Amino acid sequence: MSAGLFDKYSTLKGNYESLMAASPRNPFGVVIERPLSATVGIIEGRETLLFGTNNYLGLSQSGLARDAAIHTAETMGVGTTGSRIANGTFGLHQKLEKALADVFQKKHAMVFSTGYQANLGTISALVNKDDILFLDADSHASIYDGARLSGAQVIRFRHNDPADLEKRIARTDKTTGARLIIAEGIYSMTGNIAPLNEFVDVKKRHNVPLMVDEAHSFGVLGDHGRGVAEMQGCEKDIDFIVGTFSKSLGTVGGYCVTDHDEIDLMRLCSRPYMFTASLPPEIIAATLAALEEISNRPELRQKLQDNAARLHQGFKAVGLNTSNFISPVIAVTLEDIPQAIAFWNALLDAGVYVNLSLPPATPDNRPLLRCSVMAAHSAAEIDRAVDTFGSIAKELKLV
Amino acid sequence: MTDSVADISHLILQKLLENPKVPRDISGDSRIVEDLAFDSLAVMNFVMEIEDTLDVSVPLDKLADIRTINDLAACLHAIKAEQA
Repeated sequence: MSAGLFDKYSTLKGNYESLMAASPRNPFGVVIERPLSATVGIIEGRETLLFGTNNYLGLSQSGLARDAAIHTAETMGVGTTGSRIANGTFGLHQKLEKALADVFQKKHAMVFSTGYQANLGTISALVNKDDILFLDADSHASIYDGARLSGAQVIRFRHNDPADLEKRIARTDKTTGARLIIAEGIYSMTGNIAPLNEFVDVKKRHNVPLMVDEAHSFGVLGDHGRGVAEMQGCEKDIDFIVGTFSKSLGTVGGYCVTDHDEIDLMRLCSRPYMFTASLPPEIIAATLAALEEISNRPELRQKLQDNAARLHQGFKAVGLNTSNFISPVIAVTLEDIPQAIAFWNALLDAGVYVNLSLPPATPDNRPLLRCSVMAAHSAAEIDRAVDTFGSIAKELKLV
Repeated sequence: MTDSVADISHLILQKLLENPKVPRDISGDSRIVEDLAFDSLAVMNFVMEIEDTLDVSVPLDKLADIRTINDLAACLHAIKAEQA
């Protein structure tokens, strides 16, 4: 007798049932009934502080972006109903690609319908089964999935470790296929910042192109908000920068920017780019407005940095285990899943929402309470979050 | 120098037994996921350690066909021969 479709999930089912038995609420089923602002939403009928939304600059609630979306929906409708390579390219898509290329000071940009597809579409257009990819071990799932879609051979290097990358690249110096290194700017689970300038040194020594995903760092780091590469002064040596609109820009979609003139060939061989409907015009208009807001309001980045430092220092002061990087993603590492479930539920009961991240989606097999800070948070909101974390940690005898 | 599949299998077993959570009665025929209770991330991280010891790189797609410790040893042996 052949197996049932869901038989393979028996282990997952067991783990899920144990989790549900241990947790008073489903950690994967939180509903924000509606946002009241960037920092407060209604969850379980109560006003709850939002510390897990990736909405770094608060622009999901931008009045300018909202007005641009309304005006565009009124004048152009709400969807394109087609692929970018057929009927799905409006003038606005090209306008946004030009604006992104200008912001990054690159020659070209390509817009995708989600950030996930930006990685799938870029990676699968650049490498194939004859090629080798070098991925940071802690890469986002979209990078691993893009690698799988490409069919390239994948070699992982130790997280944020240029010497380990170099050792693994050197083993392939005689290969005949093309090679590509992929790293991220800020790592989404831990907030760790990549040493991109050191990866650039490695890529130059071995003549291997470098792609960087600045999903969590665009709008956040660098004098103009262009991310970790700008902050570390190595933008010109990054061959492809990929990112998303669904973090600091507050909407949805993704992009790749590059100086390589072959970008029009990439459009023709990137399945995640062409076999899907393009972004609706009102989303493009809102994203253009948010891009302009990021450029016109550098004070948002400064406020975000100040807020990140305040939350980070607060967590350290109450004795919580966090990364030493000060970035808008601040994760509290816990030792085991029951502890993490108890802590996360107590936080939500006390009116603070953060992300509960469980292995194997986390590095080192340990659970995380992942917080993301916003420029829109007030000092009082951050202090309340720190106090709540501190008192729960004491109750659970973790500090 | 480690060169035979049996030598590599022995090396893998030694490395695994350094981890106190791994059952003591494992052999070359032990299945990595089922018998050792390794998830996908644990397998990838363990292979990384072995790679450093043997100075080879194992592309992730090769791991898909590996079930037992002996399978892993044979895979490492083949890659080491290719890279020599």
